[in-house]
Amino acid sequence: MRRRILWGLAAPASALVFTVVVASIALWVSGNSPATTFRLMWTSSDSARNVVAILNRSIAYYIAGLAVALGFKMGLFNIGADGQYRLGIVIAAAAGAEMSLPAVFHVAAIMIVAVAVAMAWAAIPALLKVTRGVNEVISTIMLNAVATGISAYLLSNYFRVQAAQITQTKPLSRSAWIPPLNRFIRLFGYHFPKNVYLNGFLVGAIAAGAIYYLLVYRSRFGFDLRASGINPFAARSSGVSPRAMVVKTMLISGAFAGLIGIAPLLGDIQYHQYSDTFPTGLAFTGIALALIGRNHPVGVGLAALLWSFLEVSTQVLSLNNIPQEISQILQGAMVVGVVVSYEVVRRRQLVAVAKEASQRASAPAAVVPA
Amino acid sequence: MTDSERAAGSERASGPSASDADDIAIELRGIVKRFPGVVANDDIELIVRRRHIHAIVGENGAGKSTLMKILYGSLKPDEGTIIVDGTQRSFNSPRDAIAAGIGMVFQHFMLADNLAVWENVVLGLPGRLDIGRSKARIEELSARYGLDVDPDALIADLGVGQRQRVEILKVLYRGARILILDEPTAVLVPQEVDELFDSLRELTREGVTVLFISHKLDEVLAVADEITVIRAGRTIAQVKPADVTARQLAELMVGSELPTPATSEKTVTDVVELDLANVTVAGAGRNALESVSIRVRRGEVVGIAGVEGNGQTELIGVVLGTVPTTGGSVVINGHDMTHVGTRARRERGLGYIPEDRQYDGLLLTQPLWENEILGHQTQSPNVRGPWIDRRGARKRTAQIVHDYDVRTPSIDVEAHALSGGNQQKFIVGREMLAEPQLLLAAHPTRGIDVGAQAAVWDHIKEARRRGLGVLLVSADLEELIGLSDTLLVILRGEIVARLDPAKVTPTDLGSYMTGARAGTAA
Repeated sequence: MRRRILWGLAAPASALVFTVVVASIALWVSGNSPATTFRLMWTSSDSARNVVAILNRSIAYYIAGLAVALGFKMGLFNIGADGQYRLGIVIAAAAGAEMSLPAVFHVAAIMIVAVAVAMAWAAIPALLKVTRGVNEVISTIMLNAVATGISAYLLSNYFRVQAAQITQTKPLSRSAWIPPLNRFIRLFGYHFPKNVYLNGFLVGAIAAGAIYYLLVYRSRFGFDLRASGINPFAARSSGVSPRAMVVKTMLISGAFAGLIGIAPLLGDIQYHQYSDTFPTGLAFTGIALALIGRNHPVGVGLAALLWSFLEVSTQVLSLNNIPQEISQILQGAMVVGVVVSYEVVRRRQLVAVAKEASQRASAPAAVVPA
Repeated sequence: MTDSERAAGSERASGPSASDADDIAIELRGIVKRFPGVVANDDIELIVRRRHIHAIVGENGAGKSTLMKILYGSLKPDEGTIIVDGTQRSFNSPRDAIAAGIGMVFQHFMLADNLAVWENVVLGLPGRLDIGRSKARIEELSARYGLDVDPDALIADLGVGQRQRVEILKVLYRGARILILDEPTAVLVPQEVDELFDSLRELTREGVTVLFISHKLDEVLAVADEITVIRAGRTIAQVKPADVTARQLAELMVGSELPTPATSEKTVTDVVELDLANVTVAGAGRNALESVSIRVRRGEVVGIAGVEGNGQTELIGVVLGTVPTTGGSVVINGHDMTHVGTRARRERGLGYIPEDRQYDGLLLTQPLWENEILGHQTQSPNVRGPWIDRRGARKRTAQIVHDYDVRTPSIDVEAHALSGGNQQKFIVGREMLAEPQLLLAAHPTRGIDVGAQAAVWDHIKEARRRGLGVLLVSADLEELIGLSDTLLVILRGEIVARLDPAKVTPTDLGSYMTGARAGTAA
């Protein structure tokens, strides 16, 4: 058991070392001190303000990571999560502004709309794949572009508030806001500085992670899903219908994708409406996070936090004349490092386990049971 | 034999003085190797004389394949020395082995069907290609070694035996003087085996050394000049065929008595468990299955004999529900399942031992207990409602490991860490403990050792007594004849003969399988 944990830690540890080494080389080559840079990054994230900023940022990333990871688990590449969430959230924002419902129901209704639209959008590549054999990578990439066009069209022609300077939907009424967790935190005696709010949808992200875990690792459906990803032929012979599995997985992945935009839309006082400034491309980050987190809910969570940490903590660098782009170098190196080191460690472990098994097997033959 | 060839042959024979050291083609000393999932080679000692057919026998999993891979350069030994033609060698790749004159003929042919023989022979060779000269060389080699291969023939038009000779030719063309053949008779019917043996004898007469891996003792005794027995990764004995009987050889291999698959009492009932009626499956060109009708009754084992690739895979798929039919009906346990998916069939008590365990029988990267669930995802003890019952699955897995003698450190080990034989035992145990009503068994004892083979046969016989119906597809003719109550021969997608296993010999069966004989012999 202890050896298993050690094996589990070997890969992320070596990936981290790899990342730091690559970033150090990049910094050193560009004439900056790696030590100073890393110290600045570390100390900057010390403040409550930045910790909250990291947490807030990681919420949408995490859910995006889960959406992509679920597809990966059965060998499906849902690159379309980006289009799915953007189309979902723009329609949900417009629909939500027209609703008048009590608080909890209003939030729920908006979430349902976002999820339903995202699922419908995800259904297109799924059906194309099972009926016409269209590769989902190609179709989802193209549908992302289509989603961009549709949402821009809807926004500027139907959802737009005509009076406003910038293109945006009607603001959501207070009943649709997810309150920040500041009051909850206060129960433990912590007080955030002024204008620092911890996004309330953090709870939703944790719940999404728990649902992902139960669904993928503990349910019968999850077994079928994972079996299809590991060995589609074995899955088919075991009774899994490959077509049905593609459709179900794509729809569930789309459902998770539908939740990506909820944290900024409903939980961030900066928005509470959809506008041109609304974050895009979150689900592309989700692909990287699913890779780094090995499609596991805990791993993806840590990856989302690390990713956000890199983005938030490097903001301070430009004040010290260190290029802020180091953040992207670190993120890129991290993806490569994780992919490589997991494969290396996996192979080592395979040999070690096989050795153990073969030693056991070459022991004197046991009596054959009658 | 032409005069020039005879001259070439005698030249070799009277070459540098035939002292004892010169007479040895391969010498292995103290070879040790641990290889993922396969029994270790532990202190292998081997001396192969030149111009001999040297057989290596051992149970499956004894370490024969590992040894051959070491000789062929695709594996490096952890310890020990390899001496080829008096020179110590270290192979980093098969290329090095070929340079040293060692060539390997694999059990599964690696030929491009849509190319001619000569094209297959030169495929992958470096340097410029001189078509005329290559063809001439192929003809010359073919004539000298009596291989009877036409360089212009299309591979697709050749039979299994001819294809094998093309593989041998490929290796000779690359300059090999030492041939390794990995279970070459596994894909052949008895008549083709005789032809192969004639070719091998011709090769040794012409100065080639043959290393012949097999676990079929009769064949080994018939063809080999010398035999090395391997058990649990060690060389147990090196004997001459004249000095041993098949029985003694078997005892050397196993260290215990040889089991037989023979079934004693009849348990066949009138209740039909599986009813295939006029099943047709489309294929490329002709139909893969043509109006096949098979009935399996409770307590009956129906054996399907046939040369590989004559529709067995499609037949298995039709019963399992993974291959769509274009005609006919599939009735399982009285329910028409022609258009019903695999899961529903498995829930009706269909057990499945796949042809290729790694292809569709296991999740190699998952622990054993998760593999136990595979195929039984909707059945107790693996699930409770929509949730996986981990405790139930683990308990059942432990039972399989115990009852079926699966050698594994624990049930948390990933499936790929087990040797092939242990994976097979695990799969058989998984299917049998689920208490199927109908078992679809393809090569149920492929790759497992003689002792475990007997145990598997016992388990199948025991279940048959309790009313299990079995559709048995196998390449092991002894197994088919021994276990079956009814024996059907499949050829080019059609059932061409119905035989009584009590009265048929493997040679007769071979004639039916190749189409040399047809009809019904009851």
